[in-house]
Amino acid sequence: MDGGVPPFPVEERSLRVTESAAVGRRYHRLLLDAPDLSARARPGQFFHLLCRDGAGNGPYLRRPMSIWRCGPGQPLGFLLHVKGRGTTALAALRAGDALSVVGPLGHGFTLHPDWRRVLVVARGVGLATLAPLATAAAAQGIAMEAVLSARDPADLMAAEFGGGSGAAILPVFDSDGTSEVQRVELLLRARFAEARPDAVFTCGSNRLFLLLQRLAAEHGIPGQVALEQQMGCGLGMCFCCVRQVRDATGEVANLRVCAEGPVFDLQAALAW
Amino acid sequence: MVSAITPAQVDLSVRIGSLTLANPIMPASGTFGPELAQVFDLGLLGALVTKSVTPEARAGNPLPRLAETEGGVLNSIGIPGKGLDHFIATQVPDWRRFGAPVVASLSAPTVAAFADAARRLAETPGIAAIEANISCPNLEEDGRAFAMHPEPAAAATAAMRRAVGATPLWVKLSPNTGDIAAVARAVEAEGADAVVAVNTILGLAIDIETGRPKLGAGMGGFSGPAFKPIALRMVWQCAQAVRVPVIGVGGIASAADAVEFMMAGATAVQLGTASFVSPTAMPQAIGELRAWCARKGVARAAALTGAALPATRPPVAAG
Repeated sequence: MDGGVPPFPVEERSLRVTESAAVGRRYHRLLLDAPDLSARARPGQFFHLLCRDGAGNGPYLRRPMSIWRCGPGQPLGFLLHVKGRGTTALAALRAGDALSVVGPLGHGFTLHPDWRRVLVVARGVGLATLAPLATAAAAQGIAMEAVLSARDPADLMAAEFGGGSGAAILPVFDSDGTSEVQRVELLLRARFAEARPDAVFTCGSNRLFLLLQRLAAEHGIPGQVALEQQMGCGLGMCFCCVRQVRDATGEVANLRVCAEGPVFDLQAALAW
Repeated sequence: MVSAITPAQVDLSVRIGSLTLANPIMPASGTFGPELAQVFDLGLLGALVTKSVTPEARAGNPLPRLAETEGGVLNSIGIPGKGLDHFIATQVPDWRRFGAPVVASLSAPTVAAFADAARRLAETPGIAAIEANISCPNLEEDGRAFAMHPEPAAAATAAMRRAVGATPLWVKLSPNTGDIAAVARAVEAEGADAVVAVNTILGLAIDIETGRPKLGAGMGGFSGPAFKPIALRMVWQCAQAVRVPVIGVGGIASAADAVEFMMAGATAVQLGTASFVSPTAMPQAIGELRAWCARKGVARAAALTGAALPATRPPVAAG
C-alpha cells in the first residue's frame, strides 16, 4: 500500500461476510473480508450497503451504514441497530454470504496531531460511528473520554465502542435517569473543568448534539458531529439527504450529508 | 447460424440527429453528477446528461425528498441548483473534462424563460445538445407541466428552436399525459431533434402511522424497475408517431433492458434510478450490450432500433 488515492476511490464490490452476530437485544455486527477497502476507510466515513438477505430479499435502495471497524489488517465492520427492512435483511446474513457494498464514502472525522485529549458523546448506535475514532485516537496517542448514553446497562455496548483503545467510558442510562440532558450537562461541565478536551465529537442524539454544541461554544472547544440522514444514491447525485448547515460564509445552506458530510463542524450543523 | 463477431468488433455508435454518440448508454437527468467519476471513467458514457438547470437558483423541496416503494422510488427533489449563470461558468467546464458529449438539461417556468435560457446554453462552448425538461412534475402546481398537453409542449419547443440555432434540441416528454404520441408529434413539428421518453410518472405514498404523505412535497415522480413496462410502451408509441430519434428512459437497469427499449424504437437509452442501486450500472450495461450484440451476431447496435415495431423485420436471430 502506498497510501495514494486510487483513480476511482469509491468501489462497488461484493464482499464475503466473515462474521455475523447479534449484539445484545437490538444490535448486530457484521464483519467483511475486504483488506484494501478496510485499510483505506477512515473513521466517520460510511458504506452504502445493498440490504439483501441470503435469499436475495430486501428493500430496493441501499442503506448508508457508518464504519464501525476499519484499518490495515482489520476486517471491515458494521454495527447496526436492527429496526427496519434493511437492517433486518442485513442481520439475516450469515458467514460466507455475499454483501454488495459501495464505498468508502463521505468525509470522516479529523484528528489534529497536536491534540492530547478528546471527548466524545454518543447515544445508541451512534457509538458505532464514533468507535473507530477511539481506535484512531489511541494510535495517535490522544486520550479519549467517552460519554455513552444508553437505555440501560444491557444496551451499553462499551466493549463494542472501546475495543482495545483504552478510552475511558462514562456510561449514562435512561434506566437510572443519568442520561437526562441536565445531568449530562453537569457531567460534561465537570469533565471540562477537570480535564479540558482539545476537541469534542458526537453522534446519535439531537438533544445531546445541541447540548454539546452549546457547551463547546461556551468553552471555545472545537467539535465535530456525524449526521445521519435517509439517502438515495450515497454519492451526492440525488440531493435527497440534505441537512441545514452553515457554510464557510455563515449562510445556512442545504448540504448533502453523503457528499459534504456525514461529519460536519459541530457549530456549523443545525439541529434536526 | 450466428455470424462470428467479437465484442470488440461490435459498433455501438448511434446517431441522434447531427450528433453521433459512441454508444447508446447515457444517464438520466437528475440521477447523475460528476460525483460518479469517483466510481468509473465517465468518458465511457455515450453522453453526460446534467441535472436540470433552471434560470434562477432554487433551494429545492422540503424533506423527505425520497420514498422507497416496491421496485422503485418516488422523488420530489425540487430541482435545487445554483442557477444558469453558475451552471455555465462553473459546471459546464467541469463536465467537459470527461470527454463525452455534454447534454444540458434545462427546466424553466415559462416559454420565454425556456427560450432565453436555451439561447444562452446554445452559446456556451462544449454543450453538445440541450434536453428540454418540459415534463418535470414537481415544478407546477399539482404537477402540471408543459408536457401534459401538445399545445404548451409545442409552444415551448418552438420558442427554444428559434433560440438555439443549430444546437441539437431534445425534448423530454412526460408520462403524465393522456396521449404521448400527440405530444411527441407536436414537439417534432416544432423542430425537436429528438424526443426523450419518458420522465417519472406522478405517484404518491402515505405513511399510515402519521397519515401524511411520505414525501415532504406530497406527490412525487415514480421511477425504477416497476415503471419500466409503462415507459417501454410509451417509447413504442412515440417511435411510431415521429421520425426523429426517440431516447428511451424509465426503469432501465441493464443491457437487456436497453435492448428491449431499442427494439421498441429507442435509438439510445438513459439509466437513472439504477445508478442509485448500482453506481456501475451504466458501464456494466455498455459492456454487456457489446457482449450481447456479439453473441447475437449484431454488428451494429443501431440496427436494434425498432426491431420489434410492427412492420419492421427483426434483424436479430431468435434464441
